[in-house]
Amino acid sequence: MTASLEVRRLAYAYPDGTQALFGVDFEIARGERVALLGPNGAGKTTLVMHLNGILTPGHGTVTVAGLPVGKESLKEIRRRVGLVFQDPDDQLFMPTVREDVAFGPANLGLRGPELRRRVEEALDRVGMLEAIDRPPHHLSFGQRRRVAVATVLAMEPEILVLDEPSSNLDPASRRELAEILRGLDVTVLMVTHDLPYALELCERALVLSGGVIAADGPTAKILADSDLLAAHRLELPYGFALPRAEHSP
Amino acid sequence: MHVPDGFFNAAVSISAGAVAAVGVGICLRGARKELDDKTAPMAGLVAAFIFAVQMLNFPVAAGTSGHLLGGTLAAILVGPYTAVLCVAVVLLVQGFFFADGGLTALGVNITLMGIVAVLAGWAVFRLVTSRARGRGTVVAGAFVAALVSVPVSAISFALLFWIGGTAPIEVGTVAMAMGGVHVLIGIGEGLITAVTVSTVLAVRPDLVYGARGLAAPLVLRGADGAATTVDTAPKAAAPRRIGWFLPAGVLVAALLAGIVSFYASSSPDGLERVAEDKGFSGQAGDHALGDQPLADYGEVGGIPVGVAGLVGVGVTLAVGGGLFFAVRRRNQGEPRDDSAKDEVTA
Amino acid sequence: MGAGHSHQLYRPGDTLVHRLPPQCKLAAVAAFALVVVATPREWLWAFGIYAVLLGVVASAARVPPGFVLRRMMIELPFVVFAVALPFIGFGERVPFLGVTLSVEGLWAAWNILAKATLGVVASVLLAATTEPRLMLLGAQRLRLPPLLVQIAMFMLRYMDVIVDEMRRMRVARESRGFTARDVRHIPAVAKSAGALFIRSYERGERVHLAMLSRGYTGSMPVIQDLSASSRQWLTAGMLPGAALVVLLGTTLVNGGL
Repeated sequence: MTASLEVRRLAYAYPDGTQALFGVDFEIARGERVALLGPNGAGKTTLVMHLNGILTPGHGTVTVAGLPVGKESLKEIRRRVGLVFQDPDDQLFMPTVREDVAFGPANLGLRGPELRRRVEEALDRVGMLEAIDRPPHHLSFGQRRRVAVATVLAMEPEILVLDEPSSNLDPASRRELAEILRGLDVTVLMVTHDLPYALELCERALVLSGGVIAADGPTAKILADSDLLAAHRLELPYGFALPRAEHSP
Repeated sequence: MHVPDGFFNAAVSISAGAVAAVGVGICLRGARKELDDKTAPMAGLVAAFIFAVQMLNFPVAAGTSGHLLGGTLAAILVGPYTAVLCVAVVLLVQGFFFADGGLTALGVNITLMGIVAVLAGWAVFRLVTSRARGRGTVVAGAFVAALVSVPVSAISFALLFWIGGTAPIEVGTVAMAMGGVHVLIGIGEGLITAVTVSTVLAVRPDLVYGARGLAAPLVLRGADGAATTVDTAPKAAAPRRIGWFLPAGVLVAALLAGIVSFYASSSPDGLERVAEDKGFSGQAGDHALGDQPLADYGEVGGIPVGVAGLVGVGVTLAVGGGLFFAVRRRNQGEPRDDSAKDEVTA
Repeated sequence: MGAGHSHQLYRPGDTLVHRLPPQCKLAAVAAFALVVVATPREWLWAFGIYAVLLGVVASAARVPPGFVLRRMMIELPFVVFAVALPFIGFGERVPFLGVTLSVEGLWAAWNILAKATLGVVASVLLAATTEPRLMLLGAQRLRLPPLLVQIAMFMLRYMDVIVDEMRRMRVARESRGFTARDVRHIPAVAKSAGALFIRSYERGERVHLAMLSRGYTGSMPVIQDLSASSRQWLTAGMLPGAALVVLLGTTLVNGGL
C-alpha cells in the first residue's frame, strides 16, 4: 500500500535567496495522525505550502498517494491534500457557510444534488450542519474553525493538513475539535506548537528544525526527551511532564 | 461627495454611466493582466480597506470634518487599474447596500471619485516621482498627488454641474466653493495618504506599487573584481491602456450626451418651462454665463443642442486627459536609464 | 460626504418583495429612479404619486416608516446644500420673512430634495429587502462583469473583519491615552491606516492561497440558480411601470393643453 504522503530530499529557497528547507525526508502511512512540531521559523509553513503545490520544490519531491506533485497533477493534488489554514477568516471567504463548503467540490465539477450531499455530509462530520445558511462572520471562532475543516473534508482529501488547529480556541472548543479530528477516518498532518494537543491526538511526531527533520518517533517519546525539546526551542506548558522513556532513541 | 439622485439631469447621469462603464471595463482588463487570478481576492480586500479608512474622519477647519476618499492612496499602493476597480466597488456597495449615493448617480460618482480622482492623483504622483527617486520623493509625491486629486474631482463635479446640474448657481460659484473646501479636505487627504504610504514603505516596501523602482539593485561581481549592478525591480510603468481609454471615453460620452440631450431637449426641461410659463424668460439670461453660447444647454446662440452636450462632456474629460497626457509626454521625454548603471568599485 | 457605515440595511423577511429575484428588484429600482430624475420638477402631484407608490412597496415589504426615516439621514449633507440654494441662487427673487429668496433657487431646492429623497427611499427599500450576496448575484445576471461581482463579494465578506481590526487599533491607541482631536493627530491615525493596509493585503494573499488550495482557477463556480419568471419580472415592473405611466400621462395631458 502506498503512503499517503511521501516527502523526499525537499529543499527550497525563497526568491529573495533565503533558504528555508534543507532536505526534508519523511513518509506518512494511510490513516496515521502525525504532528509536525518545530519552533518559529523552522520552515513549517514553507513545508506545508509544498504539500499541495503552492510552492514548487527547488530540489526533491513530494508524492501524495503515489501521485507526484507537479504542474500537470496540480488539480488532483489539491483535491487530495486538504489544507486548513490557521486563521479561519482566511479560509472562509464566501458569503455563506454553504457556499464556502461548496467552493472546493464545485471547482472539482460537482453540481446539483451530488454537491448538496457532499456539503451537508462534510458539515455534519464537524457538527455544523445547523449553521449551513449562516454567514461565516456570525459564527464563533471555534465554529469557524470547524467549518474550515469541513470546507476541506468536502473535497474528500487523502490527507488533512492542519496549521495550528488549536490556536485561539477556548478549552471547550479545543476539546470539541479534538473529538472531531479523532473521529475522522483520514490521514492527518497537524502543524502545531501546542505539544499537549499533539500528544492527545497524534501517535507520531516529527520535529522540523533548521529546515530538516530533527526527530521522528512516537509523540510521547519525543515529548519526554527534554534535551531534544530544549535543543529545538520546544517547551511543554508549566506543570506538564511526561515520564522519560526507558529506551532512548 | 456621494451624489444622490436628482442632482444631475438624465442626460448627464446616463453619459457619466457610460464613461464609468467603459473605464471600469478597461481597468478590469488591466488589473487582470497585473494580478492574474489574484485580482478578485486582492482587489476585494483592498476595497474593504478603502471602505474602512473612509470611516476615518479628520478635522478640516473649525466645526467641519472631512473623510478620506482613498482613490490616490489606492493608486499608489496597488496601481491605478486596481485602484479604480476598488473605488468603483466601494461606491457600488455603498449605493446598493447602504443607499448612499443614488443609483442613477452611480455613473457620476464612479467617474468623479473613481476615474477622475485616481487618474489625476496617479498622474501627479508620476510627475513628481519621475524627477527623482527615493523614499522621500514617493512620500512627497503621495502628498501632492492626493492633495491635488480632491479639488480636481471637485472641480470636475462643478463642470458636470454646469453641463447638467439642476440648480441655478453660477458655475464659477460652484467651482470656487467646491474647489475651496476641497483644497482643505485635500490637505487632510494628502497628509493621511503620505503617512500611510510611508508606513507601508517602512515595513513592506514591496507592497507599494508606486515605489516599485526603489528596490536595491542586485550586484553582480566579475572575476576582475568589477561589480555591475542590475536593477531587477519591475518599474511602476505608466498604464499604457489608459492612453487609449481617454479618447475612447470621450467619444462614448460625447455620443451619448449628444444623442440623449437631443431627445431631452425636444421638450423644454423644467427650468426653461417655468421661465416660459411665467413669462420671464427674458430675465433668465442675466447671469454670468447667460451670455455664453452654451449656458442654457441648448438653443442659445444658435448652437444645436446636441453640440452643446458634446462640448460639455469634452470639457469635463479634457481636465483629466490634459493632465494625463502632459505627464506621459514628460515621462517619455526623460527616459530613465538607471536600469543598468555601470559602477566600478575598487 | 456620506462617511462610512458599518451597519447594513438588510432586514430578513418573507414578503412578496423579499421573495422577488434580486435582478428584478435592482432593475425596477434603477428604472424607477430614472423616471423620477426625468420628471420635470413642477409636476408636484407626480412626485406625490411616486411617494405613494413607494409607500405601497414599503408596506408590502413590512418595512416600518421609522426605519426608512432613520436611513434617510444619509441625505443630510445634500439637504443643507438644497436649503442654501434659495439664498445663493440667481434670477427673480421673492421676499420671504424679511429676506429675498431666488425663485429658481427654491425650485432647484425642491427638485433636489424631492428626487434625492425618492431615490434614497427606493434604495433603502431595495437594500432592506434583498440579501447582499443575492443582490450581487442579481447584478451579475444584469450583466455586471463577473470579476467586479467577485471583487464586491470579497469586499462584502471582509468589510466587517477589517473594520473590526481598525476598531481594535483605535482602542489600542486610545487605551494608551491618545485621542485624535485636531490636525496634528492625523499622522498617528494614518500610521494605523498603513498597518491596516498591510494586514488587509497580506490577508488577501492568504485568502488567495486558500482559494488555490481548493482548486480555484480564476472563476467562481456558480451554484445558485437565480432565474426569474416573467411573472416575477411583471410584479417587479409594477413600480417603475406605474411611475412611467404617471410621467407619460402627464406629458400627454400637458401636450394636449
